[in-house]
Amino acid sequence: MTSTTPSTGSTSRAPVRRLGDRLFAGTSRGAGILIVLILAGVAGFLIVQAAPAFTAPRADVPGGHGVVAYIAPLLFGTALAAVLALLIATPLAVGVALFITQFAPRRLAQGLGYLVDLLAAIPSIVYGFWGIAWLAPRLTPFYAWLADHLGFIPLFAGPASVTGKTMFTVGLVLGVMILPIVSAISREVFLQVPSLHREAALALGATRWEMIRMAVLPYGRSGIIGGAMLGLGRALGETLAVAIVLSASGGIVTFNLISPDNPSTIASNIALQFPESTGIGVNTLVASGLALFVLTLAVNVLARAIVNRRSQFSGAN
Amino acid sequence: MAKRIDVSDLNIYYGDFLAVADVNVSIEPRSVTALIGPSGCGKSTFLRSLNRMHEVLPGAHVEGKVAMDGQDLYGPDVDPVDVRRQIGMVFQRPNPFPTMSIYDNVAAGIRLNARKMKRTELDDLVERSLLGANLWKEVKDRLNRPASGLSGGQQQRLCIARAIAVEPDVLLMDEPASALDPISTLAIEDLMTELKERFTIVIVTHNMQQAARVSEQTGFFNIAGPGQPGRLIEFNPTEKIFSNPDEKATEDYISGRFG
Repeated sequence: MTSTTPSTGSTSRAPVRRLGDRLFAGTSRGAGILIVLILAGVAGFLIVQAAPAFTAPRADVPGGHGVVAYIAPLLFGTALAAVLALLIATPLAVGVALFITQFAPRRLAQGLGYLVDLLAAIPSIVYGFWGIAWLAPRLTPFYAWLADHLGFIPLFAGPASVTGKTMFTVGLVLGVMILPIVSAISREVFLQVPSLHREAALALGATRWEMIRMAVLPYGRSGIIGGAMLGLGRALGETLAVAIVLSASGGIVTFNLISPDNPSTIASNIALQFPESTGIGVNTLVASGLALFVLTLAVNVLARAIVNRRSQFSGAN
Repeated sequence: MAKRIDVSDLNIYYGDFLAVADVNVSIEPRSVTALIGPSGCGKSTFLRSLNRMHEVLPGAHVEGKVAMDGQDLYGPDVDPVDVRRQIGMVFQRPNPFPTMSIYDNVAAGIRLNARKMKRTELDDLVERSLLGANLWKEVKDRLNRPASGLSGGQQQRLCIARAIAVEPDVLLMDEPASALDPISTLAIEDLMTELKERFTIVIVTHNMQQAARVSEQTGFFNIAGPGQPGRLIEFNPTEKIFSNPDEKATEDYISGRFG
């Protein structure tokens, strides 16, 4: 480790430092500090602006039962939509990444890779329109079937939505939206698996799939988790697509994915309510934003913990 | 069970490029056969064609016949996966699975073969394999630690333990000691002498003293020039190769006149 503190000139043994090194060290340190400042600034803004919502009389807060009662269903809806998206997207994304890196012929793999990346370039409002105009109507017969045949499972209790503007549709749309980021990151780590490890498995008499299970997936594990967490972050914060697709009713907490009454999500609720809010209403919305901020932070800490727990076995050492 | 390998008229290709031409050789069971020659002469390529690892690379293929105890390894209904289960391989750079513990590395091949085995049996087998690879004493107290924490020489012996755990018929070693210090190299060479009681061993090496020390038979590969295929120039008992070779090229190489 080299120290980057500037020498005072009082000691003659000060190590020689080049101007270029000092400039570079200073710039990168500045960038690092800037990130912390920005994050602290955002957190500070959220806390200051949200505070009145917590101190105000409960009846003044939108909904009339206090800020916690207002935010809790939103937090639940946000988490439900994001987890649903993650459950749909992760296996699919890992499958796509495995196909591209391990099975597809090189030329097909490249084209397919670009195509998946292209999904990430589509603006979220387009996904919203696609969800509401194309996907939702086509899912309604499926929801009716689910409610009829699998209605005993609370997830599909129904009554089935006739518009298709359900939590399940939102999960699907969000899943498609986060698919490219999860798959792109998985693809990158799968490509980095040293051929030494893959050959070790093959030379032991592993089939292609066994080789993937022995060498590729364990090596790419932290990358898959990292990609999934980035995707989860996007799903948690997605605003427009959810606002367009979801038929939300305030204050509901339900695991029923296919009914017309759904909990809203924090981001889409802010987008829909903000223009009509004043005074304590705005503070309440900011408080919900603070809750989303904390949730995202918690998810990231958790992901980091999962990745670190087995870092000795990660292959990085 | 050690088995013999007979190679006849073997041509090895990378795509359209003929890398090794016209190899005819018989490899005896329960002995060490060394392959020597200058870099790029195709000895590693030849070694990898013996357990069908060569064809893992896109476009790589062979023509000719490789038979193990009479069974054609490149026959139309032979699954390369089965071939590799019978012919183990140790690579130039130690390559234990970094995501697995020492124990799991040794057990990896057995678990692949899907043999149902009781925990105690598996424990025994892991111990025997590590004993066989002269590694047991060093790792017996940390079997559940990651394999990547071992030194290079220990990792290579772990790879040998992993390869012999599945009781292969033949063990291929591609410069197994070239990345190791002299003490670890000696450990690996001693190990080869022990292992040849049970396995047929084929080793590629750049170290001619090593070939002279450990092998009974030696094959000398050479290449006529860039773009030319490598050929097996001479195959003879090691003593003869190093004292009185049939071919001038062998003598030149061994005496250090080229390569």
